[in-house]
Amino acid sequence: MSSRSLFWQRLRRHRLAVASLVVVVLVSLACLAAPILAPFEFDQIDLRNIRQAPGPVHWLGTDDLGRDLFTRILFGGRVSILIGLLAAIVGTGFGSLVGAVAGYFGGRVDGLLMRFTDVVFSIPTLPLLIVLASYTQAGAVSMSVTIGALSWMATARVVRGEVLKIRAMEYIEAARGLGASSTRIITRHVLPNAVGPIVVGATLAVGNAIILESSLSFLGLGIQPPARTWGNMLMDAQSTMQTEPWLSIFPGMAILIVVLAVNFLGDGLQDALDPRAETR
Amino acid sequence: MTRYVVRRLLQMIPLLLGITVLLFAVIQAAPGGPEAALLQQDRFIDPAAIEAYRERLGVDQPVPVQYVRWLGGVVRGDLGISFSTTRPVSEMILERLPATLELMGASFLIAAVLAFLLGVTSAIRQYSWFDHLGTGLSFLGIAMPVFWFALLLQLLFAVRLGWLPVSGRSTVGVESLADHLLHLILPATVLSFRYVAGWSRYLRSSMLEVLRTDYVRTARAKGLPERVVVWRHALRNAVIPVVSVMALNLAGLFSGAVITETIFSWPGIGRMFVTAMFARDYPLLMGILLLGSTMVVFFNLVADIVYGALDPRIRYE
Repeated sequence: MSSRSLFWQRLRRHRLAVASLVVVVLVSLACLAAPILAPFEFDQIDLRNIRQAPGPVHWLGTDDLGRDLFTRILFGGRVSILIGLLAAIVGTGFGSLVGAVAGYFGGRVDGLLMRFTDVVFSIPTLPLLIVLASYTQAGAVSMSVTIGALSWMATARVVRGEVLKIRAMEYIEAARGLGASSTRIITRHVLPNAVGPIVVGATLAVGNAIILESSLSFLGLGIQPPARTWGNMLMDAQSTMQTEPWLSIFPGMAILIVVLAVNFLGDGLQDALDPRAETR
Repeated sequence: MTRYVVRRLLQMIPLLLGITVLLFAVIQAAPGGPEAALLQQDRFIDPAAIEAYRERLGVDQPVPVQYVRWLGGVVRGDLGISFSTTRPVSEMILERLPATLELMGASFLIAAVLAFLLGVTSAIRQYSWFDHLGTGLSFLGIAMPVFWFALLLQLLFAVRLGWLPVSGRSTVGVESLADHLLHLILPATVLSFRYVAGWSRYLRSSMLEVLRTDYVRTARAKGLPERVVVWRHALRNAVIPVVSVMALNLAGLFSGAVITETIFSWPGIGRMFVTAMFARDYPLLMGILLLGSTMVVFFNLVADIVYGALDPRIRYE
């Protein structure tokens, strides 16, 4: 059996992971299709229907300007999920690159890069992120890059370890003997073989980034209105927590569901991609 | 062992130096400089006054000069003078440190006790409803946005039910241990949640591995009560990898304290950090970040030492 079909077979057995994959895909598609799917206009103010509790017309209720919460959650999800994906790509990409280069070249390059990794790893992430986020006019891209810039270290270490293992294999020697360049060997032979831990790390990073954005939003350092994220919706709803609790409960639930699903998925991928994991 | 510890302590020096360089560079990269906090107040300030202000703070000097000056102070235990209060940074940090350590300590204790009970019970009843509940809870702990969880608890236990105080470290005018502990419950629960989740899962899998070993079977075979086999024989070995993870996470509690303290108006370092960030109080920010980083580096070492001390098969030479 090819390794790919074996992978799918293993993943399918992980029912929770499959369900999570479905949830993530559905939520992402729904948010992506928000302009079509949403029952109301994104910023449609309706002063006759302010602070409505969840009901048949406004499924999740309305805010203090009568704006439909369900609609706003769909639109907010676009930015939140985008940040999650972008930050994961930035962090995982950079981490893989650092790890691969360090592991492949070894010696002084390795020493230098890994000491740098140690230094960044030793600084408490959230406080440093708070400082960095306060410098930028928070847009989705700069926010993702900032989060990614502080979440690559674990990937770098894992990838380096994998590369050290792979580097010693004969087929790498064969490739080198055939005159392949270092760049080619790293991108064509080394990285594809370290893909398991990279994919798992990237999956978990998506959830992590969504949570971090919401933490920054809480301090007023996240994405600024009028752009909406689940994080800054939560922040706005803080003051009305007692009178209109649905305004904070539903955006929080949205974060919880997506991050939960992403974590289950990462867990399932880990089992499916690890050939040594026992099958039960 | 002593030689190993000394060697590790010496290795900490270049690491900490690297950390200070990076931190200093990041803090100095702030657009606008410390006077930006003054200018935010929207009134006209004479440029000459701003120049004098910068000179007084020492930020008119080139960055490397500032760094060397700052480092020279740090070596002598002087973290500089806070821009916003003009008091020594070390004094301000020491003043707030007990509150933060108290919160971290309480959270650590709660997390450890719950994680042990949950982890061991899930392991001996693998795939039972209790085990599945534990798995569910632990994923919740990782996926829950901290401040949302905090707000929900605040709403339920403080506002609706009125059982616990909403925020603060004690009621004004009341000086009692009970009052103090009541104030501690919510923030410590919030801060520990994530670690209950992580550690109990970790202990569960470690326990499952140990329970399958021969010596556990021998212990059972010679007729020891299951309670003794699990809690005395098996747990002793299962706990080793978990303890080092716990030590590593201690420093993570510091990061978490920033959000938790801000929500619950807990008068600790985390909240001071947020204030310092908005006031662009560079020396105070540097001091707090350096303290946090030192904790990380220190607890890394503790984790390794504990690991070696608990497992006699590991020898550091």
